[in-house]
Amino acid sequence: MARHTVRLTVNGTPREADVESRLLLVHLLRESFRLTGTHIGCDTTHCGACTVLLDGVPVKSCTVLAVQADGRKVTTVEGLETDKLHPIQEAFMEEHGLQCGFCTPGMMLTSAALLEKTKNPGEDEIRHAISGNLCRCTGYVNIVKAVQHAAAKLG
Amino acid sequence: MTTTPRTSPEIGGMGHSLKRKEDPRFIRGQGNYVDDVSLPGMLHMDIVRSPFAHARIKKIDTTAALKVPGVLAVITGETLAQFNLHWMPTLMSDTQMVLPTEKVMYQAQEVAAVIATDRYTAADGVAAVEVDYDPLPVVVDPFKALEPGAPVLRTDKKDKKDNRIFHWEVGDRAGTDQAFKDAAAVVKQRIYIPRIHVASIETCGCVASFNKTDGKLTVWMTTQAPHAIRTVFALVAGHVGLSEEKIRIISPDIGGGFGGKVPVYPGYVIAVAASVVTGKPVKWVEDRMENLQADSFARDYHIDAELAADKDGRMTALRIKTLADHGYADAAANPSKFPAGLFSICTGSYDIKSAFVEVDGVYTNKAPGGIAYRCSFRVTEAAHAIERMVDVLAQQLKIDPALLRMKNFIPPDKFPYKSATGWEYDSGNYAGALNKAMDQIGYAALRKEQADKRARGELMGIGICSFTEIVGAGPSKHFDILGIKMFDSCELRVHPTGKALARFGTKSQGQGHETTYAQIIAEELGIPAAHVQVEEGDTDTAPYGLGTYASRSTPVAGAAGAMAARKVRDKAKKIAAHLLEVAEEDLVWEPGKFSVKGAPNKAKTIQEIALAAYTNHPQGMEAGLEAVNYYDPPNLTFPFGSYICVVDIDRGTGEVKIRRFVAIDDCGNIINPMIVQGQVHGGLTMGMAPALLEEISYDESGNIQGGSFMDYLVPTAVETPKWETGHTVTPSPHHPLGAKGVGESATVGAPPAIANAVVDALAHLGVTHIDIPITPEKVWRILKDKGVAE
Repeated sequence: MARHTVRLTVNGTPREADVESRLLLVHLLRESFRLTGTHIGCDTTHCGACTVLLDGVPVKSCTVLAVQADGRKVTTVEGLETDKLHPIQEAFMEEHGLQCGFCTPGMMLTSAALLEKTKNPGEDEIRHAISGNLCRCTGYVNIVKAVQHAAAKLG
Repeated sequence: MTTTPRTSPEIGGMGHSLKRKEDPRFIRGQGNYVDDVSLPGMLHMDIVRSPFAHARIKKIDTTAALKVPGVLAVITGETLAQFNLHWMPTLMSDTQMVLPTEKVMYQAQEVAAVIATDRYTAADGVAAVEVDYDPLPVVVDPFKALEPGAPVLRTDKKDKKDNRIFHWEVGDRAGTDQAFKDAAAVVKQRIYIPRIHVASIETCGCVASFNKTDGKLTVWMTTQAPHAIRTVFALVAGHVGLSEEKIRIISPDIGGGFGGKVPVYPGYVIAVAASVVTGKPVKWVEDRMENLQADSFARDYHIDAELAADKDGRMTALRIKTLADHGYADAAANPSKFPAGLFSICTGSYDIKSAFVEVDGVYTNKAPGGIAYRCSFRVTEAAHAIERMVDVLAQQLKIDPALLRMKNFIPPDKFPYKSATGWEYDSGNYAGALNKAMDQIGYAALRKEQADKRARGELMGIGICSFTEIVGAGPSKHFDILGIKMFDSCELRVHPTGKALARFGTKSQGQGHETTYAQIIAEELGIPAAHVQVEEGDTDTAPYGLGTYASRSTPVAGAAGAMAARKVRDKAKKIAAHLLEVAEEDLVWEPGKFSVKGAPNKAKTIQEIALAAYTNHPQGMEAGLEAVNYYDPPNLTFPFGSYICVVDIDRGTGEVKIRRFVAIDDCGNIINPMIVQGQVHGGLTMGMAPALLEEISYDESGNIQGGSFMDYLVPTAVETPKWETGHTVTPSPHHPLGAKGVGESATVGAPPAIANAVVDALAHLGVTHIDIPITPEKVWRILKDKGVAE
């Protein structure tokens, strides 16, 4: 199988890898770069556990080839915290928006992207925005609260 | 209402909504789940699965697979048969193939495993394995499975002449029959509770690492019960040299369990065998379709229920006959003496004098199982049966369903209450919970609104469920799994600086044990929860326990934590008496310190006492401050609640919309209100899911319908309503903390509340029952049939 060199920026750091054409972005992140905060929960692009931001847009990294990320910027959960926690991270903890933690990275990235483009989203808007991310533990109530909490904090 | 904290927020004992200790790692993506484990030289395993539900294997050709660069081995049933590892016991003392040597018995059954250098190559290997099958007649319908002349599926069992797994009954058959003869009113209903799947967002998997030099096997594994798994592995593979002291099971962070991570699946065993054979670590992580299609299912109960009442609407007798479809093997995860779990709790919250319950387990060509889906051993099936039947009776008697419930509840002064099926309920105040739910939702106003809407042709329904759960298995007299009694444990060490390490035999999968257990220790010893390190899941370090499922962690391991802490406190008291030079009887305890009666300034804190335990302990006393407790609960606990659901039905599409849902839970004393509320939210959503969306069914050929997230509909944030919660508090009289357990109550209580609401919306059209999941199509067909579809 053909191999390619991909160069991309992951959480602000330039990275390079030699990959098979078929390698999925999620495996590049998890296995080549050992960024295991991005999780895998299904194989049909439904669960959203593998959500990362590609040039700021949430994508399901199990349905993006590593070569498609060539020359682009990827943000994973490991890139949310700067010198302090991202408001969405703080809000998830504050509002008990997580239980087992498996969907949490994808859920936070989708929410962070929503808050980038929408300042004070309403409950329906939040629920629709995260509808591509499945959570089996929380029943979503506290996730919605966490997004509202972060929105208030971000002003 | 919440439990008033006895400790300060700094100590953070019971009743404080402490932020979770688990969260800092999870919000940073620093959790450590099985698929995150990576070891040097690790190989990857992928599995060849059967496309047929029943077929003879004529040939497995591995030639092409072995030619794929990077494929190192293909393991078949024949390979495992050389070590006599091709069969394994189930937790219900049945047997199940690890890999087949002759026949496959269900679609998606494991047929062979490919071991390769990476996961992509392993998948290439799977695609290259050629299997030649000869299809056999398929048994899908469990009723037909019991008919004379049905193909006998378990031909591996020498004397097996039919497909019946077990017949189990409880209660007074003759007395119940007589009560039905004497009854003024009798209702009957066939209720099917379909096959569903827990679908935790993390699938199952393991990394098995066998060290050939020292013979030690370490397995990182998605298991809710690591200690029991270690013993099972030792029993199953003892003959090939795996000895229990050399087996270490590590259950790292778990991405949701809900019962699906209790059984031993063939994949785990094959991965272990592959590591033993290759001497290298082997990782196996199933994908979502494998998870849904082959791992243990839940429910699949065909229930014939009958409820009798006198002329005043007092329930007099309950008779239930159930057919339980277990698939190819009885791979349920019940206590050994309970083949139908705790289904006999089906008299529910009602004072019903006579009951008789029978369950027959049946083999079919479907994936094996019978696990819980976030409930205590079939209590959801029981609650659904009784709560639906109460509404069927209310409809026939033309009595408001709330009133009928109030009339029949076990009254608070009758606890402890002995039920007709033999359970001793610990405590309850059922009317209290229902009244609170009715007040909170505004029941009377809703009934009026419904009448107005009905007059306008609009479809609105109100559904009630007043469930009683039975959790915290269990007393060793009756409860064991493969002979191991269902105690649980805590080992507590207090360090010289007054900080503590507490290890437990359970394993959290998101419930927040690291926080809740720390709060229990804080409550009992006054050591701040922030300074109590909780660990579980590593069999080399944690004390033996039966694990986390069936809401047993707080009732059993939580109690062990409290008892271990009390042992420590007893010793601390002796040390305090020594330090203060008074008699033990002269000391009084408040969280965090002992002081002298009448002289509160003469006191020693737990931290001072801890230091003394290592630096200045009394002569003749052992040094140190630690304790172990293996807690054998005297009884189960019986959490309860009343839920009320309001639905609106779209006459054009048949869609059911949950407008409001009020859940009043009573789980006894509450340890962390924030976590309890989170558990209720999650449980409600996992109750709504099978009520409206989820089902795994099979076509006539045994092909799975609903085997991926394309068509197995796990609720998203859009379908999920905004849950409204509340509590009453009725402590358990026998639990050291008065707690009862809460993780699963809502999964038990939500489905009948929703089903009752939908039926209520259609009751005036003559509808008395709808099986779950209540899909838009099902409702629309009813609307069309009744001539009210738009």
